[in-house]
Amino acid sequence: MNINFTLISQALAFSTFIWFTVKFVWPPLLRAIEERQKTIADGLAAGERGRHELELASQRATDILKEAKQQASDVILQAEKRASEIVEEAKRAAKEEGDRIISGAKAEIHHEVFSAKEALRQHAARLAVAGAEKILRREVDAKVHADMLASIEEDLSNG
Amino acid sequence: MAADTELTPTKYIDHHLTHMTVQVKEGAFWALHLDTLVTSIILGIIGMGCVWLVVRKATPGVPSRRQAFVELMIEFIDNEVKNTFHGNRHVFVAPTALTIFVWVLLMNTMDIMPIDITAWVTENVFGLHYWKIVPTTDVNTTFALALTIWFLMIFFSVKVKGLGGWMHELFCTPFGKNPLLWILNLLFNFIEYVSKPLSHSLRLFGNIYAGEIIFLLLGMWAATGVAGTVFGTILGAGWAIFHILIVTLQAFIFMMLAVVYISMAHESH
Repeated sequence: MNINFTLISQALAFSTFIWFTVKFVWPPLLRAIEERQKTIADGLAAGERGRHELELASQRATDILKEAKQQASDVILQAEKRASEIVEEAKRAAKEEGDRIISGAKAEIHHEVFSAKEALRQHAARLAVAGAEKILRREVDAKVHADMLASIEEDLSNG
Repeated sequence: MAADTELTPTKYIDHHLTHMTVQVKEGAFWALHLDTLVTSIILGIIGMGCVWLVVRKATPGVPSRRQAFVELMIEFIDNEVKNTFHGNRHVFVAPTALTIFVWVLLMNTMDIMPIDITAWVTENVFGLHYWKIVPTTDVNTTFALALTIWFLMIFFSVKVKGLGGWMHELFCTPFGKNPLLWILNLLFNFIEYVSKPLSHSLRLFGNIYAGEIIFLLLGMWAATGVAGTVFGTILGAGWAIFHILIVTLQAFIFMMLAVVYISMAHESH
């Protein structure tokens, strides 16, 4: 345990090793570690950003879906309304048409009835006149009663 | 081991504790423990070289197993430094801590090497009769490291606070600015500046030296016969396993103290 020149030489060796480490060993590894830390931090940030974007996108998707549903129900509502309108219109048109047909038919029937009555009346008048002629031929001079006959005939045809 | 005459326990231990010494110049101071110096430099080159080889190809991507190991060690040390030192540690303090830890750990680990086998190898392969392979059992090594840290401490004190600031600190702390207290303050700081490198270096030296002595004492069981050899082997193995903890712990403590001392030099009171 004696102090001697070894001390100085060891101190020199020590200083050399320190210098070597400071200059050549520490910086490259520090650089590598820092670069890796940066890469990891970037990756984490990107992941976080991606997560955030996903959240936004899903929210947007929900919104769009909701809007689409709303639109769809609107469209359905309109369609139903339109359909009922069309049905109503069709009903109305059909009713009008029916009414027209009915009134036309009625008018025709009326006309038929009228002409049938007319024909019947004339026929009956003629029959009556004929009957009366036959009766009167025996008892009345046609010339004398011609006026009367004509008025009867006229009455019948008008009545 | 290669005693020319009878091998007594004293000779055995003496042999293992004798340095390979060369004389640089005349005088007691100019002796150089070549074994300490060469072993420590080889260990330093192996340690820092291995780290450098890995670090040179360090990739920021997925690290190889070797790189992951080095990163683990460096991040562990970096964390310890970060908790203690509040400047830009990457410029000097953290790399220094790494150097100390790796180097001291390797030098301490030499303690676990089987003493008589390594002695046989240095004797018979390299022809070196005396060769202590544990540089940290040489008080010169631990003092060299502690004094280097000590000078760094003073250097950073002056660099950070200026010469005036450092003088102010020497005279006016810890008791106060009163001129009556200057001498007391200076005395206190003087004791602190002396005790720091002493405790720093002697703690490491004492632990490792004592470990070495215990290995030697256990090694002497082999002289008592087969039963003694077996007994000594078991005890030696136990001590070696326990020593794994001690060498790591002492390297870590030495590193932490160095970091703390340099950090204290950066902070003004």
